[in-house]
Amino acid sequence: MTWLFFQAVVSGLLLGGVYGLVASGLSLIFGVLRIINFAHGAVMMLAMYTSYWLFVLLGMDPYLSILVTGPLFFGLGMLIQRVIIEPNRAAAEHNQLLLTLGVALFLENLALVLWQGDFRSLRVSYSGASFMVGDVLVEVPRLIAAGGAVLVGLALWGFLRTTDTGKAIRALSEEPEGARLVGIDVARIRGAAFGIGSACVAVAGALITPFFYVAPDVGESFNIMAFVVVVLGGMGNFLGALAGGFIVGLAESLGAAFLPGSLKQLVVFGLFVIVLLFRPEGLFGARRGR
Amino acid sequence: MGARVLLALGLAALVAVPPLLPKYALEVLISILFFGYLGACWNILGGYGGQFSFGHAAFFGIGAYTSTLLLLHWNVSPWLGMLAGGALATAFGLFAGYLSFRYGLRGPYFSLVTLAFAEMLRVVAVNWKAVGSSLGLVVPNRGSAPAMFLFAEKLPYYYVIFVMALGAVWITRVIERSRMGYALAAVRENEDAAEAAGVDALSTKLRAMAASSFLTALGGTFYAQYFAYIDPSLTFGPAISIGGLLPAIVGGAGTVAGPLLGSFVLTPISEVTRALLRGRAGADIMLYGLILILVISFLPNGLVGWLRSRRPGAERAA
Repeated sequence: MTWLFFQAVVSGLLLGGVYGLVASGLSLIFGVLRIINFAHGAVMMLAMYTSYWLFVLLGMDPYLSILVTGPLFFGLGMLIQRVIIEPNRAAAEHNQLLLTLGVALFLENLALVLWQGDFRSLRVSYSGASFMVGDVLVEVPRLIAAGGAVLVGLALWGFLRTTDTGKAIRALSEEPEGARLVGIDVARIRGAAFGIGSACVAVAGALITPFFYVAPDVGESFNIMAFVVVVLGGMGNFLGALAGGFIVGLAESLGAAFLPGSLKQLVVFGLFVIVLLFRPEGLFGARRGR
Repeated sequence: MGARVLLALGLAALVAVPPLLPKYALEVLISILFFGYLGACWNILGGYGGQFSFGHAAFFGIGAYTSTLLLLHWNVSPWLGMLAGGALATAFGLFAGYLSFRYGLRGPYFSLVTLAFAEMLRVVAVNWKAVGSSLGLVVPNRGSAPAMFLFAEKLPYYYVIFVMALGAVWITRVIERSRMGYALAAVRENEDAAEAAGVDALSTKLRAMAASSFLTALGGTFYAQYFAYIDPSLTFGPAISIGGLLPAIVGGAGTVAGPLLGSFVLTPISEVTRALLRGRAGADIMLYGLILILVISFLPNGLVGWLRSRRPGAERAA
């Protein structure tokens, strides 16, 4: 039983790193735009297909494809924000949420039309690579994904701390009115935030393609997981999202190890509801609740 | 006066015309009224109360499963079963609502917690053998048995959902003009100010939740009887939650006629695109997503809001 426990902990932490990166993108978007982006998972799915096709057609390594998908999806995210969301800034909050839902429906079904519903997976030379630590199996692609996700997450955190754009994003997410008053180009920063958030999830998608299937609805489960993580970490709290990813990864993986069927999701949602009810400001710090 | 005549004519047409319609048209009309009904139920809490639930599938699923299980195990007529489902869904709604409102969840946080509640029920249903797990439940077809909510033809189902939709709209109208309606609107516009003015926000929201969840559950029973098959993702999945809130918002959230009007526009679009693009899986929903984006962008206040703004002198009134 202890073996099973440690194996679950390792698998959970590795997957948790990826959840963390997906969720920090979502959290960034929420922090600046104040909307739950339902299209986040769909963007991830599209990025995974991009990495998949770059590998199948051009033989490009999925890790290398980050250099393509990162900028590409930064642009796409910015485009979605500028063309679809920004013109509706003045409308009710739920309208913007529905717009992201429309984008999600559009992208997911675009993928279904273009590439059908088949589960695709790509085999790279290192797909099956693994090593043992004691009794615990560690798969190399998963380790790279988790490590890469954390690195990218930390790099972004540094970006938010040090650069002008990063500081403007943080200012906007903490004090929207104040940010406008000191002359920050609010519309441009909102676009940048949506772009960076989308690039985050695109990188996360590329990192998992060596061991995860690609299908039109692959983003949905990540999207819901990201909601949970973001709430755990505190909506709009970037580092909190990274940390929350590990908690959710652990909860899911331990649930899978010790509960039958798909009841592991119950553990995750249970955690979600409890945190929402008792600490809506997130587990880390009291930045902003409600 | 003109509006009243138009309304009466429309209602008369909805009663008199369906027997003459071909089967496909009748199915589309049932679909329109079904989603219009769900929209009207959602509207009570989401539109009037401003509590943007993303998990009404929870109530819908409870309704569908309760009446179907009662029918399968004890041969209870779904007409009674739907009341039991409604009661259970109300209990669940009050429980979930009390927890969420008590702890002050608002806006996106409330949306997320309701989504989580519905997803939890879906996971439970998938893993619970006694309720058919992911295989779902089949409502046995015993020909025509009106007392058991079973009809051989589509037409009786049409009249059932017609009456349900009309009933939901009527209840909405009663609520809108009641004390509770004003309290709900006050809570929606500014909860703190409403409280300061003496409105009990918690009890107001809970009453809206009760009405909304009870009625949504009845829709679940209708679905089970009409399609004769339910499974966890069909009934507890996000698609049902979205299927209710979309017509309400597109039609006009917080208006009496909005949800039905929204469904009369949205549902035919989705049915027609599905029929036209049959060979290409996903093309219809892709188009639907696009239309959704356009509708939200160009009619930000819904169809009702748009119609009102076109009325002469409306600009100043707004």
